[in-house]
This record gives sequence, C-alpha cells and structure tokens, in this order.
Amino acid sequence: MNLTLVLAALLGLTALAFQFGRSRALKLVDGRVRRLHSLPGYYGWHTALWCALPALAVLLVWLAFEPTVITRLVVAGLPDEIRDQPPAALALVVNDLRNIVAGAVQPASEVMRAAAERYHRLHALASWTLVALLAALAAAGGAHAWRRIAPEFRARNAVEGALTAFLIGCSTVAIFTTVGIVLSVLYESLLFFGHVSVFDFVFGLEWSPQTAIRADQVGSSGSFGAVPLFVGTLMVSLIAMLVAVPLGLLSAVYLSEYASPKVRTVVKPLLEILAGIPTVVYGFFAALTVAPFVREAGAALGLEVASESALAAGLVMGVMIIPFVSSLSDDVINAVPQAMRDGSYALGATKSETIRQVILPAALPGIVGSVLLAVSRAIGETMIVVMAAGLAANLSANPLASVTTVTVQIVTLLTGDQEFDSPKTLAAFALGLVLFLVTLALNVVALQVVRKYRERYE
Amino acid sequence: MNKPTPSSPPGIHAIPAARRIGGAAHTARVRRRKAAEARFRACGMAAIVLSLAFLAVLFVSIIGKGWSAFQQTYVRLDVDFAPQVLGLDAGNVHDAQALSAANYPGLVKAAIRANFPEVRDRAGQRALQALFSNGAAFQLREMVMADPALVGTTRVVWLIAGSQVDGLVKGHLDRAAPEAERKLKDQQIAWVDQLAAAGKLEKRFNTVLFTAGDSREPELAGIWGAVTGSLLTMAVTLLLSFPIGVATAIYLEEFAPRNRWTDLIEVNINNLAAVPSIVYGLLGLAVFINFLGLPRSAPLVGGLVLTLMTLPVIIIASRAALTSVPPSIREAALGMGASKMQMVTHHVLPLALPGMLTGAIIGMARALGETAPLLMIGMVAFIVDVPQDFTDPATALPVQIYLWADSPERAFVERTSAAIMVLLGFMVLMNAIAVVLRKRFERRW
Repeated sequence: MNLTLVLAALLGLTALAFQFGRSRALKLVDGRVRRLHSLPGYYGWHTALWCALPALAVLLVWLAFEPTVITRLVVAGLPDEIRDQPPAALALVVNDLRNIVAGAVQPASEVMRAAAERYHRLHALASWTLVALLAALAAAGGAHAWRRIAPEFRARNAVEGALTAFLIGCSTVAIFTTVGIVLSVLYESLLFFGHVSVFDFVFGLEWSPQTAIRADQVGSSGSFGAVPLFVGTLMVSLIAMLVAVPLGLLSAVYLSEYASPKVRTVVKPLLEILAGIPTVVYGFFAALTVAPFVREAGAALGLEVASESALAAGLVMGVMIIPFVSSLSDDVINAVPQAMRDGSYALGATKSETIRQVILPAALPGIVGSVLLAVSRAIGETMIVVMAAGLAANLSANPLASVTTVTVQIVTLLTGDQEFDSPKTLAAFALGLVLFLVTLALNVVALQVVRKYRERYE
Repeated sequence: MNKPTPSSPPGIHAIPAARRIGGAAHTARVRRRKAAEARFRACGMAAIVLSLAFLAVLFVSIIGKGWSAFQQTYVRLDVDFAPQVLGLDAGNVHDAQALSAANYPGLVKAAIRANFPEVRDRAGQRALQALFSNGAAFQLREMVMADPALVGTTRVVWLIAGSQVDGLVKGHLDRAAPEAERKLKDQQIAWVDQLAAAGKLEKRFNTVLFTAGDSREPELAGIWGAVTGSLLTMAVTLLLSFPIGVATAIYLEEFAPRNRWTDLIEVNINNLAAVPSIVYGLLGLAVFINFLGLPRSAPLVGGLVLTLMTLPVIIIASRAALTSVPPSIREAALGMGASKMQMVTHHVLPLALPGMLTGAIIGMARALGETAPLLMIGMVAFIVDVPQDFTDPATALPVQIYLWADSPERAFVERTSAAIMVLLGFMVLMNAIAVVLRKRFERRW
C-alpha cells in the first residue's frame, strides 16, 4: 500500500464531497443563492471537511501505532524459548526482525523467516483494513454533512469555526516546543543526576566523561565536574565580546551619528552579511586560517600557542557577533531623543563630546541589554568552537591554551556511538539544561532592561 | 582692579586674556578638542573598516582555497577494451550482468602497461597505478555499460587522475620538499611531467563534485548527496513552518483576545527565537528519535527540528507584515458585510503575503546554513548514496562541509571551500529573491 496513493485518493474523495455539497445546496434553493444562509462554497467546504478530517485523524493514529502493534503480535507468536529471554536479548530479536522485514538482511533461522512472513501477512491485512476503514469513514462523514445541508444551515459558521480551531492549534505549537525542550532536557538530566550528584557536576573541577565499558578497564573513572567547561565557555565568550563590543559599538555610533545616509545604506547591509554567514563557514575559517595565523604570530612573539587556542575561536566568534551588537546598539542610539543632542550642541559640545557624555550614558541600559543578548549568542554558539576549539577539558585561564566549551562537549558526547542511557550521553542533556537556563536568563534580563529603557523615553 | 570700561560688556574681564576667544590657551584647547573629535571619528571609521576587512579576508581565503576544486585533472590513455582482459568471452559479452561484473580494474592496469611499455617491474607498475584514481575503473565500466559495442575496440579515454596528481598539477604539492616527505616520489613526478609535456594531461570542469555523493577519495567525492539531503530537509521545513507560522501570526494579530494565554504564547515565541540551536537538536534527539521512534539521520527529522527553530522567525516576520496592512482595509471589508474570517482570508492575507514570504525565505536561508542541531540527530554519518526519500539516511550541505573540514588532505580542503562557495551561493540567491520580492511588492500606504 502506498501512502501517497492513499492520500491522493482521500484528496479526490474530498474534492468530490466539495462538489456534492455545493451542488446540493444550490439545488435545494433552485439556484437562488440569496435564500441560503451561507454562500454555496461554504456548504461544499463543510462537506469536504467532514469527509477528510475524521479519515485523516484515523490515518495519523494508525501510522503512529501500526508498526508497534504488529511487532507485538508477531513477538507474541514466537516460540516460548525466544520470548522468555531477558528484555535486552528480546529487543535484539525484534531489531533483527525489523531488518529482515525491511529487506536489509537475510533471515538467519527458519523461526525468523516465519516471523517475518507473519509480519508481512499482518501488515498486508492491516493495510487493506485501513483502506476500507478510511473509505468508509470518508463516505460516512461526507454523507453525514451532505444530509445536514439545508437552506437555513449555518455552514459558514461551522467552516470558520474549524478554521479558527486550526489557527489556535498552530499558535500553541510555540508553547509545546518550549514544554518539549524543558521536559526532554529536564527528564534526561534527572536521569543523569541519578548517577552523578548535582554538586559534583556544578562544582567538580575535573571533566573526563570516558566511563568504563568493562568493569576491569583502567583509566576511565568518568568524572563529570563541569567547571572546566564553564570556564572555557566564559573565556571564549569573553574574547568574543572583547572583539565584538568595541567594534560593534563604534560602528553603530559611526553609522548613526557620522555617516551620510548613502554610506549607511551601503555599509549596514554589508555588516549584516557577517551575521548571515553560516557558522560552519566561520568554523572552517577559524580552524584553517585564523588558528594557524594566531599560532605563527604567537611564535614570532616567542609565545607558545596551542593549535586549537581559545583566542582563535573567540576572535572569529567575535567577528560573527559584531552585527548583533551594532544593529541592536544602532536602534538604541537612534531612540535617544534628538532634544538631548540639541541641548548638548547648544552648550558648545562637539559631536564626539555629545556622543560620549550625553548619548552613550543615556543609551547605556539599552546597550547593556544588547550586549547581554550577544553574550547569550556567544555562549550558545556551537560550530565555531566545535571546529576551532579543543576537546580536552583544561582548567586554564590562559587564552592561548586549548580549552573546551559546553557546546563542544554536547556535540562530542552525542555524535559518537554509545548506548543511550549511559551517564556519558545523559551528561550532554545536563549540559544542555545548563545552556538553556543560562541563555534563557540572559535573554529575559536583557529584554527587561531594554523594555525599561524604552519606557523611559517614550 | 579690572574696572569695567564702558565699551566692553561687564564680566568679560573676569576671563584672563589667554583664555578668551582667540587667546592662546583657548586656541590650544579648541585644537585639542578638534583633534579628539577627529580621533573619535577615525575610531568609528576604523571599526567599520576592520569589520568589513574581516569579511573580505573570509571571502578571499575561501575563494582562494576553493576555486581550484572546480577543475579536476584527467589523464589520456589509449584503452584496449579486450574481452580477455575483462574476463569476458563470446558467450557472455552481451550479458549485462557479466558486463557489469567484468574486471575493469584489470583493464585499467592493462591500459597503463600498454601506455608505459618501458616500465616493467612490479613496484614501478604500482607507482604508475597510484597516479590514477580508483574511480578510473568505474569510469570504464560506465562507458561499457552505456555502449557494450566498445568491447573489443581501442579508444582514447580521459581517465580521472588521483588526488595527488591533481594536487601536483594545480601546484598544491611542494616539489622542493624532500622526497621522503612527499606523497608523490620523484619518479612519479617525472611521469606526470612527461604526460603533461605530451599533452596527455588536462584540467577539466569537475562534474564529479556536483553529481556524486560523498567518498573517501577526494577526487570521487561530490556534494550532490548533501545538496539533495538539504533540499529534502528544507522541503519539510518549508511545508510545515510556513503554514504554521502564518496561522499563528494571523491568530495572534487578528483574532486573539488580549489575555494571559496570548501573553504566554508571545513570551514563548520571543524566548524560542533566542534559544541556542543546539538545544533544538537535543529536543529532536529526545522527542523525535527516542520517544517517537522516527528514523535517525533522516531528512524528515532534520526538517522537523529546523521547523521548530525557524517558526519564531517566520511568526515575527508575518506579524510585522500583518500590522503593516492599514486598518482601513479591515474596516472596509467589515463594512461591506464580510465576516472576520472573510476579511482576513480575502483582504488582509493577500496584502500581507509578500512580506510573509520575504520573512519565510530569510528564515529558510538561516535554516539552510544550520549545522549544530543536525549533528545531534545523526545527520553526520558518512553517506555515499544520494538520498531518494524523506526517511533515507542523509546529510546536509553544511554538515558535509563540517565532515570534510575534519579531513587534513589538501584535496579535501579545496573541496570544502568549494562546498562553502556553493552554500553561500544558495544563501545569496535566497536573499536576493527576498530583496526582489520586497522591492516588487512593497506598498506604501
């Protein structure tokens, strides 16, 4: 059975229902549309919705549960000696079965072949049942709506009600996303904190997530003290901000106070390009161009620079963040009332004196807000540090040394091959929770600061 | 002292002569302040120049590294498609299965032997074969499969060269380095020079780069698999995020009552816009893959994750587009007896649609360049096949760049840069479309 074909058939039925509904409405009033409560199209839509929606709902539920149900049935039909195995071994058998059914591997034993055949038989049966069920539902729904059509029937209200329900449903996706993020990250983190205490995680000084696979393995104690990661993240972010804040702020000041409109229209989009370049491109640039350059420059000065230094990653990240700082500060500076500038000029201040002593102090809360937003960007940035910063967790305050960050560790912990509920994998979710909470807090504070500031000048 | 004279206003004599306008101290101070002004202005200008210089260096370094990847070296050989070398006989020479399983690597070896009769020893033969790519055998196979009549004839064929030869021809290989440190030995370089002198080496447009999937051999690796994966992912993202985003914006702008529930939705949307993208990857891994059991590495899951990530962008842009439609349009529609839903669908939405599309395209461009969440859901595997379906294992263009960037080989560095150029090209294209849309349909009310 082909899903596309079923959907196409359903679409065809729906179109048919639309036609039937519309023509019946017209026929009931002999073509005198004014005697209908709603325009004839609404009667068509009403019938079509009744035809399509119940069938679609059943189809969705079916698609979600069919494989699980059939697998359960097949497993229930397996010989007892297979079914009585421990759950892990049984899961392997089920996995084998899936692969055989998908045609990826040849069945190893007669039992498995029989099971696979049984699966195929059940699947075929289920498919035909589904087609029959869908057809019946579509027909029944359509017929029900068709019979309700009468000149005084309020079809428009019904259709608009359905549409409003759709709009409301869509608007809750944002809430579900937040709930999904919080729940998934929190749940896995709680599992992790069952293995490792919160105190050790937040205040521990050593990070080496290599847990022992076998009990007799050496050198893999698996300690999960995240302080080196926090320090590394802060260091890279600090370097980034040291680049981005002066450059971004000065560009914003120049663009809003000095530049002619012509220069502004050219330079502003050019700066925005910096924000539009994918971060993986920055990462490549940092690892292949900036890092060797920094190392050679360090060597020329007699300094020893790690090939994956925090400096290189931070520099490039700073460049990426320049447009965030500059465009947000630009808005803030433009929001300072002209009267304050005029007052300053009237006292004889030069332009730069006005900017430094009047505009910037007045705009300070907004600028702080925009810097906080930029910091949250820097902390959550992944690809640049994955490609240009190190993997080893060194607790070091030296910007020339190799450090690792929270995001780097999340990526390394989750891209390898390991079982899902080992502390190693779960640690990634705990780090994700920290990341989520910190960026959330920064954003809330920043938005609050900016809003307060706006209120003051409005 | 300082008795005011009737000719000058009172008080001016309180200021010493040097500090008066035109006095020495005053002039010095004015000069200082003007210098400070000029310095400050120069600082601002320098900040902009420096930022733009970074941009320029970035582009120059990537284009400088990548432009050579658009060409690939080919070597001319006379190939005798002898049936006995291929392991074919009169019985199965027309059998497609036998043709496809024939000994093409042997054919390449035989052709090399025939073209370099002076090299007799096994070590020399091996060194010669190393000049050619493993893909040369596939190339011959494809030729024969397309035209079985080739068997038994001799043809001039341009075979794909190995990545080392390609690097040498493009000048990436340091000939002055000691032989032991070079991937190509003196003898091999001599052969390459000999081939070049005889006109048997040629740089051609690198079609493999644009038509092949990933490969361990740089000269056989292409971005088509990754581009297809990206297109499939983007299709899912667009199909889901645009309708949902527009519907959310319409509800919030046109229908929603002002209450705590809608406030909650708005706060959520604003915060989601600032959540780091990698957290969306964690969500995708935990919910879509582990909880719902969707396949790993699939464009479907990638699209779902990117949908959630792009939604806030599209919602915010769509709301801005809706607010820019003047209230008079709404009042006119309502005045003519339209219902609120008719007002929105017949009048407000069509007017706001260009703005919404612009926002959607910009959101899609961002999603196209996104890498981190895709790493979390396993789209980071080495995948040779070009994905055909939304549930096939696939990777995406930025992830391919990440994977290739890990490889230290010079040949992959140039291909990474080329892939970046393609990715940036897509983004420029999308942004250009957005700008054109805005220019064309922007209305001043």
